[in-house]
Amino acid sequence: MSLLSQEHMLGLNGYSEQDLITILDTAERMREILNRPVKKVPTLRGLTVVNLFFENSTRTRTSFELAEKRLSADTLNFSASGSAVSKGETLLDTARNIEAMKVDVVVIRHKSPGSPHFLSRHLDSIIINAGDGRHEHPTQALLDMLTLRDKFGSLKGLRVCLVGDISHSRVALSNIIGLKTLGASVLLCGPATLIPRHIERFGVEITHNLDEAIQNSDALNILRIQLERQSTGLFPSLREYHKYFGVNRQRLDKAASPLTILHPGPMNRGVEITSDVADSDHSVILRQVTNGVAVRMAALYLLAGGRAPSPESKPE
Amino acid sequence: MINKYSRFDLPGQAENLFLTGARVIDPRQGIDQTLNLHIQNGNLNVGVDNVPEGADIIDLKGHWITPGWFDLHVHFREPGKEVAETIASGCQAAMNGGFTGVACMPNTNPPLDDAASVKWVLSQGKKFPVEINVIAAATKGRKGQELVEMSEIVEAGVRAFSDDGSPIHNSAVLRHSMEYANMLGARIFEHAEDPDLAADGSMNEGEWSTRLGVAGIPSIAESIDVIRCIEIAEFTGAAVHICHVSTRESVEWIRWAKQRKLRVTAEVCPHHLLLTEEACKDFDTNFKMNPPLRMEEDRKACWDAFLDGTLDVYCTDHAPHSWEDKTQEFDVAPFGVVGLETALGLAFTHFLSQGMSLEKLLDRVVYAPREILSLPAPEITTGSLANLTIIEPEARYKVNPDEFRSYSRNTPFKNWELQGRAKGVINRGFALIKGN
Repeated sequence: MSLLSQEHMLGLNGYSEQDLITILDTAERMREILNRPVKKVPTLRGLTVVNLFFENSTRTRTSFELAEKRLSADTLNFSASGSAVSKGETLLDTARNIEAMKVDVVVIRHKSPGSPHFLSRHLDSIIINAGDGRHEHPTQALLDMLTLRDKFGSLKGLRVCLVGDISHSRVALSNIIGLKTLGASVLLCGPATLIPRHIERFGVEITHNLDEAIQNSDALNILRIQLERQSTGLFPSLREYHKYFGVNRQRLDKAASPLTILHPGPMNRGVEITSDVADSDHSVILRQVTNGVAVRMAALYLLAGGRAPSPESKPE
Repeated sequence: MINKYSRFDLPGQAENLFLTGARVIDPRQGIDQTLNLHIQNGNLNVGVDNVPEGADIIDLKGHWITPGWFDLHVHFREPGKEVAETIASGCQAAMNGGFTGVACMPNTNPPLDDAASVKWVLSQGKKFPVEINVIAAATKGRKGQELVEMSEIVEAGVRAFSDDGSPIHNSAVLRHSMEYANMLGARIFEHAEDPDLAADGSMNEGEWSTRLGVAGIPSIAESIDVIRCIEIAEFTGAAVHICHVSTRESVEWIRWAKQRKLRVTAEVCPHHLLLTEEACKDFDTNFKMNPPLRMEEDRKACWDAFLDGTLDVYCTDHAPHSWEDKTQEFDVAPFGVVGLETALGLAFTHFLSQGMSLEKLLDRVVYAPREILSLPAPEITTGSLANLTIIEPEARYKVNPDEFRSYSRNTPFKNWELQGRAKGVINRGFALIKGN
């Protein structure tokens, strides 16, 4: 039995406030495990988790893999290059073949939005979304929220600004959903061409002025700008982007009190963020990475723990 | 006795049929009453009291008979994608859905862009009570560059040209194709879409594309092309037909064009009258079509325009796709839904109850589509060819795609509770009457 209202983690859409609190609380306990000399518990012993990555990802895959190993699951990494996918196999056949090898959990990263939902309709495994196109990246939002909660104690009333390319960002959508569920207020800041239509229906505010955003926020989550967006005409140049939407020390110094800085990585230093910001005391970017392993352990435990064979396989 | 009019969709010859007890409706003849019809060698004899000798008696009490329904926009996938649909299976779907005529779009593989391929399609399906018409490609290979040999294709019996599936993107080519077709008494059917604006979108650009992270197709991708067609129609005096209208803006421009007496006609599909973008919320590819499901204000605008006649034609854009093709990632799966076997039930259930009269409905699905193709209107008069749709207006059922005769099952109306279903069709000397 899942300890959450949801059977899978297809996105944060559908997760209740209580679900999110349960995950963040569990992640805090998981983080204690990571600080022990022996960083491993038998919680998921006997379960098999496959990391089905159709897109290149070093950070997220590594983080999931570590989380799985800390919980003693058997892990299997699958990447699209060199697999049957390159021979024209459909996603459904690929997934069914892997499931036929008796796996319990599928962690999927795929360029198509909704691909985790697609798998959940056709497989019996528990599905965890590790990023589906520009749709959602729930564990990233969870680690962002855990990091903010560490810093501020609670997310209620916290003013968080997401800066950059909102349109093409799965990190943005999951953050918006999660932060709103936990009572934070969300401000979006970016060029008009990178803010999607009707996003205000999520109950967020929009600005195109970074200085104004900084004045009205407690924390900035600075999104990676995809370099290829320039060639598709969504903004004139990286130079102009940096000048008007790049977060640097001078802009931050104008704030009444210091802002906490997050970035999901990998960073384009000198474009959306300068090094004096990324490496400053108020940057929690490396803390995010540590928390990433913890929230993924929490998600795996809460979703799949009920499937683990041994009765004493609980953390702590 | 061998059942000639079986459910197994083998049409019988309408040699000597006596249809009795049905309400017969032909608005153009002013007929709306219970009448017996005798059909001998495919031709009608109206108001016969006694059973003619040797006639098969079909008791149709509680049924309605109207002039045969016509679907102005279907995709039968032959040649090229016969696993999804053939001309024969498409005709089966048409019969099952109550249609006695269809106009096939040319985006087959290879496309229907010369007289030979058009003639081949027109020669198919001879043993069905479904008249097959072809809308030929407007440009060679549907590439939007060079005109097809329109005169020769018109001589083969075609009255419409379209690169449907794609717009004619080059405005000069669009202008010339409209002018040239107009010279021949034909017209262009434009799949209205600006491909740069539509880009790699898979659904409407709106609240739900944002919620689902799916690349969107903005409404203006359609309406900008509609404006282009209207401007060229005014400039050249040529006629143009706008396919599958889906947005409020398109409707407003078409209404404006009609007020100016321009030769602009337009069609609308059941899914754009009954569904909105929210239907995509589970990434179900049976709700993925182009143009996409729009927002409620668009749906409402299309409905109002359908009622007031701004949208002339009710058609399905029947677009069969195999299970394999549709069972893919949302942005990978092809656009399109089947429609022939649900259109009548949807119209009876949802349009007649929402203030559309049967007369108006028949105008949109019997007369207007044939008029656009310069085809004669079917008449329920003695001596004319029997071209009839028989309807069971009280039948209640749940849409079950497994019962479709189409080779494909990709309907967005699965499990919808409907009232009203096609009982049979008669045309071209053939009859298929279910349950008899």
